[in-house]
Amino acid sequence: MSLQDRLTELRDQGLADIKSADVLKKVNDVKVDLLGKKGPITEVLRGMRDLTPEERPKVGAYANEVRDKLQAAIDHRREELELAAQNKRLAAEKIDVTLPGRQVPQGQPHVITQIITQLEDLFMGMGYQIVDGDEVEEDYYNFERLNLPKDHPARDMQDTFYITKEILLRTQTSADQPRSLENHDFSKGPLKVLSPGRVYRRDTDDATHSHQFHQIEGLVVDKHITMADLKGTLILVANELFGDQFDVRLRPSYFPFTEPSVEADVTCFNCNGKGCAVCKQTGWIEVLGAGMVHPRVLKMSGIDPEVYGGFAFGLGPDRFAMLKYGVDDIRNFYLNDVRFLSQFYKKG
Amino acid sequence: MRISYAWLRDYLKLDIPADELAEKIERTAVEVDGVIRPSEGLKKVVVGDVLECVPHPDSDHLHICQVDVGEDDPIQIVCGAPNVAAGEKVIVALPNSWIGNHTKIKRSKMRGVVSNGMLCALDELGFDEKLVPKEVADGIFILPADAKPGEPVFSYIGMDDEIIDMSVTPNRGDMLSMNGTAHELAAIYDQQPTMPTVDLHEDANELADDELSVTVQADEQAVPMYKMRLIKNITIKPSPLWLQIRIWNAGMRPINNVVDATNYILMQYGQPLHAFDFNSLTKGQVNVRFAKAGEQLTTLDGEERDLATTDLVICSDDVPICLAGTMGGLDSEVTDNTTAIALEGAIFDAVKIRKTAHNHNLHSEASMRYERGIDHSATETALDAAAALIAELSDGTVTTGVVVGRDEDVQPAVVKISLSRINHVLGTDLSLETVADIFKRLDFPTTIDGETYTVTIPARRWDIHIPADLIEEVARLYGYDNLPSTLPTGQPTIGKLNETQQVIRDSRKLMESAGLTQAISYSLTTEAKAKAFAMHASEVTKLDFPMSSERSALRLNLISGLLDDLAYNNARKEHDVALYEEGRVFFSQPEQVRPKEVEHIAGAITGSMVQTAWDTAATPVDFYQIKGIVAGYLKSLALAAPISYVASTEHPEMHPGRTADIYVGEDLVGFVGEIHPATAKAYKVRETYVFELDLDALIAQPKEHQQYQTISKFPSITRDVAMLIDDQVTNAAIVKLITDKGGAHLQKVQLFDVYNGKHVPAGKKSLAYTLTYQDQNGTLVDDEITKAFDKVLAALTETLGAEIR
Repeated sequence: MSLQDRLTELRDQGLADIKSADVLKKVNDVKVDLLGKKGPITEVLRGMRDLTPEERPKVGAYANEVRDKLQAAIDHRREELELAAQNKRLAAEKIDVTLPGRQVPQGQPHVITQIITQLEDLFMGMGYQIVDGDEVEEDYYNFERLNLPKDHPARDMQDTFYITKEILLRTQTSADQPRSLENHDFSKGPLKVLSPGRVYRRDTDDATHSHQFHQIEGLVVDKHITMADLKGTLILVANELFGDQFDVRLRPSYFPFTEPSVEADVTCFNCNGKGCAVCKQTGWIEVLGAGMVHPRVLKMSGIDPEVYGGFAFGLGPDRFAMLKYGVDDIRNFYLNDVRFLSQFYKKG
Repeated sequence: MRISYAWLRDYLKLDIPADELAEKIERTAVEVDGVIRPSEGLKKVVVGDVLECVPHPDSDHLHICQVDVGEDDPIQIVCGAPNVAAGEKVIVALPNSWIGNHTKIKRSKMRGVVSNGMLCALDELGFDEKLVPKEVADGIFILPADAKPGEPVFSYIGMDDEIIDMSVTPNRGDMLSMNGTAHELAAIYDQQPTMPTVDLHEDANELADDELSVTVQADEQAVPMYKMRLIKNITIKPSPLWLQIRIWNAGMRPINNVVDATNYILMQYGQPLHAFDFNSLTKGQVNVRFAKAGEQLTTLDGEERDLATTDLVICSDDVPICLAGTMGGLDSEVTDNTTAIALEGAIFDAVKIRKTAHNHNLHSEASMRYERGIDHSATETALDAAAALIAELSDGTVTTGVVVGRDEDVQPAVVKISLSRINHVLGTDLSLETVADIFKRLDFPTTIDGETYTVTIPARRWDIHIPADLIEEVARLYGYDNLPSTLPTGQPTIGKLNETQQVIRDSRKLMESAGLTQAISYSLTTEAKAKAFAMHASEVTKLDFPMSSERSALRLNLISGLLDDLAYNNARKEHDVALYEEGRVFFSQPEQVRPKEVEHIAGAITGSMVQTAWDTAATPVDFYQIKGIVAGYLKSLALAAPISYVASTEHPEMHPGRTADIYVGEDLVGFVGEIHPATAKAYKVRETYVFELDLDALIAQPKEHQQYQTISKFPSITRDVAMLIDDQVTNAAIVKLITDKGGAHLQKVQLFDVYNGKHVPAGKKSLAYTLTYQDQNGTLVDDEITKAFDKVLAALTETLGAEIR
């Protein structure tokens, strides 16, 4: 048998062995058997000494060809088997991905904070500063400077916790606005502030009253501030909180610190304006109080109302949250039942 | 204020639906609480004519009536009312009719006799009991003789009316009257209202002055106007039905002709009037003054009241007989026997009346109007109108002349405003004519010079005195819906959080990421809870007049509020709770009532933060978990000074062995630990771990200067040391010693084992640390590290008595 034939025979036998090897070890055995130093191919190559110089390169080339072919077959088979083994292992490693993940404790912001943050962000985007006044205020700032002198009938609207005759728990976050007004340097631009915070009223706690609640009040004063600007701003707030699919209506109201004064109503989101229990059959929900800053308020802060004017608005995040999420008892916000708090896990 | 639509039609031509009118009022003038339709829900309630009425054979009070209800044959109805009688026109609820309170009337048998319906009293039709005239309260209501059997009953008793219930804001006192409301609607609908006229006949033979005299001692500010009329020969009786209807539809109870007439004029003109029984006055003499200390007056409601020197009183012969503008006195009340009255039309100072009404808790239709202001130009007209009406209803005579205690020269206000100012404030582009037309609709006499309006404000609109008030009139009548909608323009400003606000926001996020949920608790609490857990000594700020001791003092700490929250959850079987709160506490300041408001952040954890799950066991919270949360939080604040935890027994509410004060450098910024078991018991909570930090103090701390450090390219070497050491020696002391003695290349000291179980002698503990060494500039030589490490070991042994293992 010529060496070529021997090589062909070895090749065919080897390819068959490789093909039938069903585990990696067998593939390795074939490799060692065929291509090892003591293997038959090496032996064939050793036999080349006896060939003529003409035949030697031919046989050599053929031998290399056979060796490469076998090597490639071995590599291929090995990959096949490795892949199969891996697939088998992966199949065995299958788990139930619907089992719950391991908990990492995660808290969440209070729903009122979420609303306040949302509006702070909206207004900061429009160049407003956030101002936190004191919760314990002087009667003078909380009332008198806002055009509510002692014995003003509108004081009835806000029953107050007093500490002394002159010191009280603020009934409105706008209590800080006279300070903002008197401290503002108008040469540096308009005054634009948003005051969110806790306020207090002398009310007996029940489902709709709380002696402690929150307010967000805004104030803008500049040379060219119009009621149309106020209207645009209020619509923006209503859209931010309730979505822009609802109508906003302004209607006259009364606040001593603004003139004209308005209240803003939004179409009842519950009934889409048809009338239901949420809106007391009116189709509208009162959400904001606002107006153009009363000239007397400006004057008391040393600002010339002939030159400057502005608007102010106020709203209650507690009330918003109650409306928006259908919370039927305001006390929920302050009792901190985890089953309540955990329901409001995302902004908006 | 309840406005009858029927009554409004005396003034204006209005044919729009009441709901539409209400919406218009709401959008243009004042809030509307709703439209009341008294007949709503009522069905098959008709006029009946009692043809025959005989006693029920088996009853001592029932009657069997044959009632003509406009059908071919009368129907039989059994009635128990004492005043039922043949010949009366009555209210019949037919079989299958609906009456008040959603009640259905069916054919029935009463003691064996068929009753085809029911004869009704007013309250059975849904009338508020407080509005039903006393004389008809105990029986069925008798309709006028001309009522037609079979017709719906509603038009006969005013129930076909629609009543607009307005919620009038304090500035629009002018709308607390039909006249004022009519003026307002006239402006809205651009109509000329038909106002009521007064047709007064005085008896020329009798002069009021001859019998009645009035003096006003109180100053002009307190009593700007005081006038009286004397009406004689009157007969007290019930008012005619038309008047009763107007009175009850306005939400008041008909009393008698005199009282109803004064209330009617009150509704019509907004002017409170008071009728005194003339014969109860001493010598026909009336004087008005402030009450004297110690004086008393028994008011109409039977209350004996101690008068204050701020109360204005009407006196006769200097004895108080009436609390001015608020409530009359019992002794001068108009009774069924009254034959002559002195009728008062006056104006009292709003603030004085407000004070009196507030002090005596007497809020009446009169005081409410005085507090909000009165049309000074209409007082005498209203007095005349009332006198005329009373004379007409009571067959009395009005004596000639008004007795004037004080009069006032009422001058209308004049306000100037330019068109450009109006447009500037409203952001509109209204024309000269548009605005002029609005003033015309309001019936405000106006002259125009160039673009400036000079507007004369009638006394009936006393709320208007400055240009801004006129701008409001223009805005609301032009319509807020028609205003453009823009955003402020002008110089841009930067809107961003200041440092404190930013830290507060970040702190909240960090706490939430650490697994704590935000709570908002009450700032007002009991004095004891306010004081508990206080970080330093302080007085408690207390309310002057708290509603309850539960909410009487401002907190000095956040923890007690959180413990209340935990207790609330505990009581509802929620035992795994982790809360934090960020908010103000209120420390007293020397010589000041106002406390210093300090931002704090606190946390409270009870139970387990991670609950039992299929592959996890619940781990109850312990000191080191909450400390880890605090430490992680403080690390994120990047403070310059080192943070240290020092065992503290100084907090009486805290576990003395499991509490640490937290210092930044030398400054105490808070504490962390387990609450004392006694505290837990008092608050009704389980084992609970808490912390509280002074956020303002943390924000004030200098921040670490952050600078990039080259990451060493050279390998680090570690050495472990395990030691047996006295139990009293703290980890902090050991770490400090190791750090001090560790040499230049010591980078990190990490505690990796604490053991004090088996094989550790009593009073000792075993601790093990890994020390990591690294050089920025070269590879460390083993020998060098061994030398440094040995130094540490020696120091541990010598200084702390450690036994290296």
